[in-house]
Order: sequence, then structure tokens, then C-alpha cells
Amino acid sequence: MICQDSKTLLEVRGLRATVNGIEILKSIDLTVKSGEVHALMGPNGSGKSTFAKVLAGHPAYTVTGGTIRYEGASLLDLAPEARARAGLFLGFQYPIEIPGVANSQFLRLAYNTVQAQRGKDELDPLEFDDFVREKMKLLGMNPDFLDRSVNEGFSGGEKKRNEILQMALLEPRLAILDETDSGLDIDALRVVAEGVNRLATRDNAIVLVTHYQRMLNYIVPDYVHVMGAGRIIKTGGSELALELEARGYDWVGAELKAAAGAAA
Amino acid sequence: MTSACVESLLGSRPQAPAAFASPTLGWLGRLRADAVERVGALTVPTTRDEEWRFTDISPLAKMAFHPVRTASRLPAAAVERFYLEEAPTRLVFVDGVYAPGLSRPARDGGVVVASLAGALSAHAPAIEPHLGRHAEFDGNVFAALNTAFLQDGALILVPRDKTVAEPVHLLFVATQKAAASHPRCLVVAQAGSEITLVEDFVSLQDEAYFTNAVTEIALAEGARATHVRVQRDGGQAFHIANCAVTLAGSSRYRSVAVALGASISRYNLNVLQAAEGAECTIDGLALIAEGQLADTHSLIDHAKPHGVSRQLHKCVVGGAAHAVFNGKIMVRPDAQRTDSSQSSRNLLLTGKAHVDTKPQLEIFADDVKCAHGATVGQLDGEEVFYLRSRGLSDAAARNLLTYAFGAEIIERIPVASLRHRLGQTVLERTTATS
Repeated sequence: MICQDSKTLLEVRGLRATVNGIEILKSIDLTVKSGEVHALMGPNGSGKSTFAKVLAGHPAYTVTGGTIRYEGASLLDLAPEARARAGLFLGFQYPIEIPGVANSQFLRLAYNTVQAQRGKDELDPLEFDDFVREKMKLLGMNPDFLDRSVNEGFSGGEKKRNEILQMALLEPRLAILDETDSGLDIDALRVVAEGVNRLATRDNAIVLVTHYQRMLNYIVPDYVHVMGAGRIIKTGGSELALELEARGYDWVGAELKAAAGAAA
Repeated sequence: MTSACVESLLGSRPQAPAAFASPTLGWLGRLRADAVERVGALTVPTTRDEEWRFTDISPLAKMAFHPVRTASRLPAAAVERFYLEEAPTRLVFVDGVYAPGLSRPARDGGVVVASLAGALSAHAPAIEPHLGRHAEFDGNVFAALNTAFLQDGALILVPRDKTVAEPVHLLFVATQKAAASHPRCLVVAQAGSEITLVEDFVSLQDEAYFTNAVTEIALAEGARATHVRVQRDGGQAFHIANCAVTLAGSSRYRSVAVALGASISRYNLNVLQAAEGAECTIDGLALIAEGQLADTHSLIDHAKPHGVSRQLHKCVVGGAAHAVFNGKIMVRPDAQRTDSSQSSRNLLLTGKAHVDTKPQLEIFADDVKCAHGATVGQLDGEEVFYLRSRGLSDAAARNLLTYAFGAEIIERIPVASLRHRLGQTVLERTTATS
């Protein structure tokens, strides 16, 4: 929801980034305030996922220009783990499988790391077990997933639920969900979306990175941004997503080009 | 044999124990004599031998070891920490010599877990067809040497259809420097029986010594054995071991072999599927650092139809250590419908760590399913980032992933206390090397 007096969580200005020497982000501006839900849409290769990873601090990407301020301080000097502890969360498009590490162990480790950062009590395995089972119930997850290795052998939908479970445990102030809808059937999509909606509050914000409009039927964004060639080329309300669904992405680029031509 | 080391060993070959002199045990005398003859004819392998191409054992050949002259008398307190709470039956060997005071043999319900020398006369008919018959020593100088020195060992006999519910623990403790020991183990499981065996090699000292072990396991029709092997010898030790397993029809052999210790170690595991429908699952982990060398050579010999084999071998190599894996799968012309898979996965923790891995498939039947693969690499950057994005520090993420890589094998050990202890060891090692 858009609130007049809410504070700015994320302020991105002129952000440029490269991977392997190739420039992917070519000047991004974005402001996210608490309470808001933003959808970041765009065709494949437009830079959506790169933007998400740069925000989370993926070491494969080099920021070559611009600024990212999170709660008023620069993010760029912070390691990925420091960003996570500060309340930034990235839901992965392809969650990583880690054979040999029990999911329960991983979840508790992540939870306790963030709890310690916030000066709160860590939970021992028994306490955590009760706590995590409650959270899993809300997401319709089978508790058997606690005993299995992290994401190993999980279906696409199970992996995405496990991501949202992590979000529920870590209670981030800014959650960036990268293609959380991909690989989900319609029932799983509804469950995951309900889980996300339940986690949205006045004090946090969510950026949904998605290729399709369908998840936005369940999680209604306050803003929809369209990315093209490493920039945000159009911003609108939730109705923009419907228009994109109906007309595709090409017209946005054409409109931009026409505007640029008129200006010249 | 040219090596001073082995010459010194043979020169001091002890007399066979009195029990071997019985006229009914002529076969045993002949076995030893054959082995002595083979030791004389064979030479210590060098890297010019194909089977030893990656493993230079010249440091072993340069040293002089002697058999244990006076057995160490150890108080229980010195070794108790190695005992397994799940294993009421235990045989302890100190520098290769049976230690009755520390052992708890078993002889009930027809099950025999005892010292070979002590049980020899009573069980000779059960022993003769197997002892020295599975671990061939004709072309293997170390198996020959072990057999030449054969005077005692661990004997495990499991009668037909008997399930031994609790694991049997064989604990080999090294206490003397420059000592050579030749541990010997024979397991004969009759039809339909089941047993879990833990062979555990530990050390109470850090100087050089030489362990040269031979284990023979014979499973009759439908028998099942789980074989856990933990090599945690001292850091200067040399450890050479040969294990030969023969599987009758529909029998099943599972093994988890973990190599943590020794300066140079070599484990040869040969599994023969001698009849239809045999199954084996063979998992291995070498976790080494500094200047260690750990070599595993396995041979799974599918000789008859409908055999199944599964193998996962992992190496975690730190420091300037060197791991070797050679996994041979033989599928003989008779072995139609063989289903075999083998995977070798290797993690290098430093730029100086080194691994040689060689899957070797020799397939002479046409209707078979054989899959194999090998990977060598460092920790996956995406996995590290995933954990860091959840708040774990870079070091914590790397430690956890390294631990997990090894833990996947440790978790297959069916003895909880040992699994837990080795898990701790893996945790300590992976934390230290990162």
C-alpha cells in the first residue's frame, strides 16, 4: 500500500553493473518505500534478475556506477551476508540444492544469524522445530521437508515454498522475489502468493520480479515497472501489468523510441 | 624382493604359533609357505606399475619396520574412547596383536566373533575354504606379506539365517613406532544371515608405523553384510589394505570406507559378484590435508547376470594433499542385465591440492546399464552466495558446504555414535582447512 508518511527503504540512482565485462544494467532509478509492493517486469534479458542479484550483492556482478541506498546508508560496501542481516532478502529464481545439509539445520542457522544481529534470542533445535512447523503450516508445507537436504529433490513448487518459508523466518524489511512464480502450477502459485501477502506489512516492502502478469492477480502491486535493455523504461500502476499481458512488451520500447525521437 | 624395508620384515618373520602345527592344519602351513614364496618373487610396486601410477610409495620402501616383539599392554582407559556404545561385541588388536583383556568376543547362537588363532582348531572346516582364498596374493606383494605373517586375526562366522542385530567392532590400535602390523579379518556369513561390521584403525602415537591389513568377506546365498571401515591412522603412518568380498546369489554387500589418517594410504577393495542377482553399494570418503596421500582402488567384478552395483566415492582434499581414485567396473560376458552406476566427486580446497580420478569400465556383455561420472572442482560459487544471502558469513558458508560434501558419505554409516563422531571430525577438519 502507498502511504504518504512512510519512509524510504530503497533508493537506487543511476545504477550501472557489468558481468564478465559486459554491461547489463545501464542506469536504473528506483525508489521503494515501506508498505509498498513493486512489480519489476520485462522481457528476458532486460536485466531484471541481474538487478535483483546486484541488490543482494552477488559477487559475480560489478557495480560500475550509481548508488544504492538502503534505509539511508549505502549498500554497495556491504557483503551479501551483511545485507541479509540488515533485512534484505532475495528469493531465488533457482534455489540451490545442498546435499548433506538438513533443511532444518540450514533454516535454523539462517534464522539464528539474523536473530543475533537483531539482538534477539537464538532458538535451540527443539524450540526452532516448533517455531518452523507453525510457519510451514501457513505455507501448506509438509514437515518432512525439514529432514531432507536443502532443496535436494524438491519439485519446483516445493523449492519456491521453501524460499517463502525462509522469508517468513527472516522477516526481511525488503524482499526481492525473483521469478517466484516460475515453475509453479496454479494451486502452488495461489498458496505461495497468499504466503507472501500474509508477510506484507506497513513496515516492509516487496519487489516482485516477474515475466508474467499471473502472480499479480494474487499479489496486487502498487507500482509496475517495465525494464528494457538495462533500464526502467516505464512505470505505472497495477493496470500496466494487465496491458502488458494483453499487448506484450514491444510497444513499450517503441513508445520510448518515439518519445526520444520527438524530443530530438 | 629388493626393498630393504620388506626384507627386514621378512628376515624377522616369526614362527607360526603352536596351534598351527596341528596335523589337520597342513593347509594353513602351505598357505603361509606359498605366501612367503610370493613375497620373495614379487617386488614393491613403483609408479611404473599401472596400478600404482599415481601413488608413489617409495617413502615406505625406504623405511625399516619390524614386527612387534613385545606386545603393548594397554589399560582399557587408553582405548575406551574408541569403543562404540552400540557394539557389545568387540575385538581389539594392539599393534596387530590380539588383546583379550580389551576384547569382548561372542560365541552364542552359533555366531563366532573371536581371535582366529583361538578359534582355529574348533572351526577349521568353516575357515579353510575361505581363508586366503578370496584375497589373492599371487600378484599382490602386500597381501602376500600379510599372509606370510598370518598368525592371528579376527574371525567372524554367522550361521544360516541368523541376524546379528548389533554391530561388531574390530578396533586396531597402533602404539609403537616403526612397528609393522598385519591385521587379518575373515567374515563368513552363511545363507540368509545378516551382519554389520566396523573396522576401525586408530593410533595413540604420531610416529611412523606400517599397517598392512587384509580382510576377506564371503557372503553365501541371500546373506547381507554392512561393512564400515574407518582409517584414522596417525599422521606419519603408512596404511595399505586389501579387502576382498565374494558375493553369492542374491546376497548384498554395503560398505562405507572413510580415510582420514596416515601419511600414505592405499585401500584396494575387490568385490566379486560370483552368482546371479548379487548387489553391492560401495561408498567412500577420503578427507585429507597437508602432505597426505590417500588412494582407493576398487574393482566391482560383475561375473553373473542381474547384478547391481552402486558406488559413490568422494574426496575432500586440502593443503598439498593428493587423493587417488581408480574405480574399475568389470562386466563379464555372462553378466547380462547388470545395473551399475559409479560416481566420483572431488572437492579441492586449495590450489596445491591434487586429485587423480579414473573410472574404468570394461564391459563384455551387451544388455547392461552402466553409468559413471566424475567431477573435480572447488566449492560452487552459487551455493556459497545462496548461504551468504541468508546471513551466513563467507567462511561459515564455505565450512558448511565443505562439511556437507563429506557428510553425505558419513551419513550412510548405520552406527549412530560413529556417524556422530565422524561428523564432528569432518566438521573440525573442514573448519580448520578453510
